[in-house]
Amino acid sequence: MLAQTGVPKLEDLAGVMPSEERLAQGPVAMAECFQNIPCDPCYHSCRRQAIQPFADINDRPQINHDNCNGCGICLSRCPGMAIFIIDQTYSENESLVKMPYEYLPLPLEKDSVVAVNRAGEAVGEAKVVKVQSNEKLEGTSIVWLAVPNELTMEVRHFKLKEVR
Amino acid sequence: MRQTEVCIIGGGPAGLTAALKAAGLGAEVTLIDRNDYLGGQLIKQTHRFFGSKEQRASERGINIARELAEAVEKEDKITVLTKAAALSYYKDGVVMVKQNERIIKIKPQKLIVATGGSEKNLMFPNNDLPGVYGAGAVQTLVNVYGVKPGRKVLMVGAGNIGVIVSYQLLQAGVDVVGIIEAAPKIGAYWVHASKVVRAGVPIYASHTIKRAWGEKEVAGATIMKLDEKWQPVPGTEKELDVDVICLSVGLSPLTELLWQAGCKMEFIPELGGHVPVRNEDLETSQPGIYIAGDAAGIEEASAAMMEGALAGLNAAEAMGYKVSDFKEQKEVVMKELNGLRSGPVGEKIRKGLAKAIS
Amino acid sequence: MRVNEHPILNFEKGNKVMFYYNGQQLEGFTGETIAAALHANGVRAMRESIHLHRPRGLFCNIGNCSSCLMMVNGKPNVRVCVEKLEEGMMVETQQGKGELK
Repeated sequence: MLAQTGVPKLEDLAGVMPSEERLAQGPVAMAECFQNIPCDPCYHSCRRQAIQPFADINDRPQINHDNCNGCGICLSRCPGMAIFIIDQTYSENESLVKMPYEYLPLPLEKDSVVAVNRAGEAVGEAKVVKVQSNEKLEGTSIVWLAVPNELTMEVRHFKLKEVR
Repeated sequence: MRQTEVCIIGGGPAGLTAALKAAGLGAEVTLIDRNDYLGGQLIKQTHRFFGSKEQRASERGINIARELAEAVEKEDKITVLTKAAALSYYKDGVVMVKQNERIIKIKPQKLIVATGGSEKNLMFPNNDLPGVYGAGAVQTLVNVYGVKPGRKVLMVGAGNIGVIVSYQLLQAGVDVVGIIEAAPKIGAYWVHASKVVRAGVPIYASHTIKRAWGEKEVAGATIMKLDEKWQPVPGTEKELDVDVICLSVGLSPLTELLWQAGCKMEFIPELGGHVPVRNEDLETSQPGIYIAGDAAGIEEASAAMMEGALAGLNAAEAMGYKVSDFKEQKEVVMKELNGLRSGPVGEKIRKGLAKAIS
Repeated sequence: MRVNEHPILNFEKGNKVMFYYNGQQLEGFTGETIAAALHANGVRAMRESIHLHRPRGLFCNIGNCSSCLMMVNGKPNVRVCVEKLEEGMMVETQQGKGELK
């Protein structure tokens, strides 16, 4: 259970996952935020009002996935690093997972890395498509990983294969 | 003897915001801090803060510290004394301060004590070996001085500090072998927990440390499981190869000056230990002595900033400084504070405050 | 051991200085504390406990707890977690309570 291990369960995830139809249409945000804590920067960061207004600062983000275009601004503002962008239209066999990353060294584009799930376990391989890192992001890089379709909802971290 | 209208002891998040608010109303402020810099423990908080826009959510603590310190130094009404330790408070309202091996006497009309907290220890065999640190100590070593405490870390305590410091150790290239928590649930915000777990650090709830190993320094640790009654379960011992044990088992308010001043104190476990009884305006039982931040009860830095703002406003107003929007300013701060404490994670604080406010 | 690279922080080191730990010459930087410089050199024991002579290290690292008292330039009971390093400092393990001469 999440409160014991820090790993969300399938039923936790089911409540925040975009629908199959929405996922099939292209990039969309998924907020893996399961606890009522006093925090609302995601709402303020969204320029499309896809994240519903907070009645109370302890509310959890509710994303209207139809208004979300997967731009990723909320991803870089979330203090909990809990928002991911999923793009299932990347290629026939692979999806894109964009994730916040605050470690060094950064991976290089085209690197093959070990794909890691929410429990910290290696689950396969992923390819680094893009690494966004600039002053505006203030130390939080955004790494775009291409992962096999079946791992789209599994991979939320990665490890470099060798330390360069 | 130095005279000042409002003296603030402690230049952390609470003291800095208190100084800015009091000076904003027109009061003449003397802010003292024992360190050679301002910002207190904010200067090592590299993570993005939670909270609201007003509480500067999503900004990193280190940046908030720098901006608050700059604003304070720019404010003409604030005199800053650094490397200045408040040694004592006397019956006649004089604060004795040591700066550069000299004694300074300060006689304020209002005093705000924002001295923060200190890390608690935990009892287990060999807990005195070098290599057993407070989690905040390691955070200072790594994030302020860029020095590693060792190679492999066991973190004891899965509250926000334990989990955040674990994350920051990973960022500095130090291996964290695991985080143990005696309670059956992780105390940290789950998003913090999730980000260290996916980075490969397991969290073991209902676990405690049985002992540390080592002759001259920590060379290992034994952990074991606890049952529902918090009793160790024999046979569940596990040896860990670690050279660092970090304790993040809570903080105690630093209240020596308040005891000296004769403030009415109450033992309130939800607030970290003995804390001064206060009114809604953060004034203690001694008229003119206010409190803010961890010294008033252990909470997050965001709450400390809001309490500082409140204490600064109230102290300056009590001095006779009036501004037309005083009520609005105060309401904004109160609303922010209540928002921070209103959710399920604020339950403990609400319980504690209910006992502390008279 | 020093942190070589960091995703968020830039560590600006001061000037390189020499100091002595129980007579052994070590290197550190101005701007850092004695305790930080000792740790960077792998020294984690700061003092000895008064009765059982057990080694003691840093605990709070912000000047609260007195776990790290050492002799510095002959002066006892210096909290090395907050005392800044200077060129040529003589830092020694303190035995006992420390006496002012």
